[in-house]
Amino acid sequence: MSESGTVSEMTGRRTRPAVRPAGGGERSGGPILDVKDLSVSFGAVQVVDGVTFNVDRGRTLGIVGESGSGKSVSSLAVLGLHRNATVTGSIVFDGQELVGAPSERLRKLRGSRMAMIFQDPLSSLHPFYTVGDQIAEAYRLHRRTSRRAARERAVEMLAEVGIPEPRRRAREHPHQFSGGMRQRVMIAMALACEPDLLIADEPTTALDVTVQAQILELIARIQAERGLAVIMITHDLGVVARIADDVLVMYGGRTAEHTAARTIFKAPRHPYTQGLLASVPGLATGEEDDGRLKAIPGSPPSPLTPPPGCRFHPRCARFAAAQNPAICTEEHPLLTGTVHKVACHLPGGTQ
Amino acid sequence: MIVYLAKRIAAVVGILLVICAVTFVIFYVVPSDPAIQACGKTCTPERVAEVRAQMGLDKPVWEQFGVYVVGIFAGRTLGAGIECGIPCFGFSYQNSLPVWDLLVDRLGTSVSLAIGAAVLWLIVGLTVGIISALRQGTALDRTLMIATLTSASLPVYFVAMLLLLFVVRIAEILPYPAYVELAEDPVAWASNLILPWFTLAALYAAMYARLSRAQMIETMSEPYIRTARAKGLPERTVVVKHGMRAAMTPIVTIFGMDLGGLLAGAMITETVFGLPGIGRLAYDGIVKADQPVILGTTLLAAFFIVIANLVVDLVYAVIDPRVRYS
Repeated sequence: MSESGTVSEMTGRRTRPAVRPAGGGERSGGPILDVKDLSVSFGAVQVVDGVTFNVDRGRTLGIVGESGSGKSVSSLAVLGLHRNATVTGSIVFDGQELVGAPSERLRKLRGSRMAMIFQDPLSSLHPFYTVGDQIAEAYRLHRRTSRRAARERAVEMLAEVGIPEPRRRAREHPHQFSGGMRQRVMIAMALACEPDLLIADEPTTALDVTVQAQILELIARIQAERGLAVIMITHDLGVVARIADDVLVMYGGRTAEHTAARTIFKAPRHPYTQGLLASVPGLATGEEDDGRLKAIPGSPPSPLTPPPGCRFHPRCARFAAAQNPAICTEEHPLLTGTVHKVACHLPGGTQ
Repeated sequence: MIVYLAKRIAAVVGILLVICAVTFVIFYVVPSDPAIQACGKTCTPERVAEVRAQMGLDKPVWEQFGVYVVGIFAGRTLGAGIECGIPCFGFSYQNSLPVWDLLVDRLGTSVSLAIGAAVLWLIVGLTVGIISALRQGTALDRTLMIATLTSASLPVYFVAMLLLLFVVRIAEILPYPAYVELAEDPVAWASNLILPWFTLAALYAAMYARLSRAQMIETMSEPYIRTARAKGLPERTVVVKHGMRAAMTPIVTIFGMDLGGLLAGAMITETVFGLPGIGRLAYDGIVKADQPVILGTTLLAAFFIVIANLVVDLVYAVIDPRVRYS
């Protein structure tokens, strides 16, 4: 905590700064993660196109989109986990530029200062090693502790994420845990080295609804305790409503809308965001509300053959209502606005 | 666990009995008269009938089978007062020696051949497979895979002939293989077995290379490998500790069975190189319609395979924590 006096705490909501691991770099005043104009392509196929976002300590960014919208690809790019991909733009983590950084430097940040949890905890945990060993592994590597200290740390982490009888459970294998408990193990593993950033890639999708809430609460509690920055990738707007401070809505590899979570739910401006909200029970606030859920017609664009102009126009109700204006099919809408950013030629809602 | 083991051992005995019965029946159906074989070509019909009665061949097949099975565990006395000690597998029609002694004599050769070849093919096969998998799609991967395909397609006798021609005849690096006991002269033992080892290993190494490559590629795309990378582990640890550990597990099963099968003789390799092993014994037995030898070698092979299977299953419970026997 010796350096914490220099931290600029951006949020009033969660105030406790992160406990810094020994030997970390100096702290910058800005957001812990600052991504600018990030593009990711695999060969000639561009999957993410010019995405910009940042996350502060203690804050949660929800990245929302359908499968193939580029939300997971963006987050894997942050951790440098893409192989055979071209990543351009800028990813600044705690003052360090990660795009083009040596892979060894990225590796040392992974698991120690930035961690990730995944959708399916059973297949994401190694079937042959005990959960205790799997949690201890990264801790031992990054902190250079003894085997014994790492094992103790694993037990401590299991207790922290709410696993009963942690000492005994640490000696068990992933298949001996229930789905929710496995996700707790994943969280324990990700947080063992006290990272500053946690990327959660649909952490509740594979879980029971009741367990989903518990896992979200757990993440929120640990975040509050540690001042962790969280990126929550999801297609579930309910999850976003529950824990996100800011929301980035992605469509076809581009940003559709980006603003505070409250604003997204109260005054969405992008027709895609509006469509998403109208398709969720309990959240539906459609303009002509007849009590029915409205699906967005069509399916997400293929990154191989994206539609020209605005990528959403083939599915856009407002485009059709405005008699197919040429601008939507010809020009890619730029992201406009400062607090409430939206990329649409025909933005709706009130400013 | 003990109950499980007892059940499995009972099953082993059952399987061996069934194999024994099937072999017995097949031999009975085959139109060849062991009495004539045993008696010789100059025998009179009366003498053949006498021999047949002496050998018990005039009895119904089930009775012969019963006598045979009991003999294995209790020994038996043949017609002319000849004692056949426990375990009695009868006497070879070709040279009147006890089949058990023939098997015991030749086992060392076959085991030497199988284990040496297995070490070779595991080292070469797994190395090639893993390198190929990690360099998937590169020129190196393609070259190695073409090489393994070629190696797997060449018949064993052809590889043996090529090796003999180039190594023994043309280059004269090694002498023509003649089996020497390990205890007698380890160097001579090894140098005489090098060619058979390579011959046998060529086929298996190719198969294991392709298998381990496929396993490794599949494993490296598993989500838990991504997790290992996300933890910041060095790539070497990701590949060896997380990747290979999981990818090699299924190979243990196949290796156990392959080795089990080969311990009881590699018929073609032994025959081509003139090695006095079980495979050669079986081959000679089949050619000469020597029923006791065929039965003995078949049972031994079955025994090794069934036991290898059991060992593999037990080992699996140790290496894969998801498998527990009860």
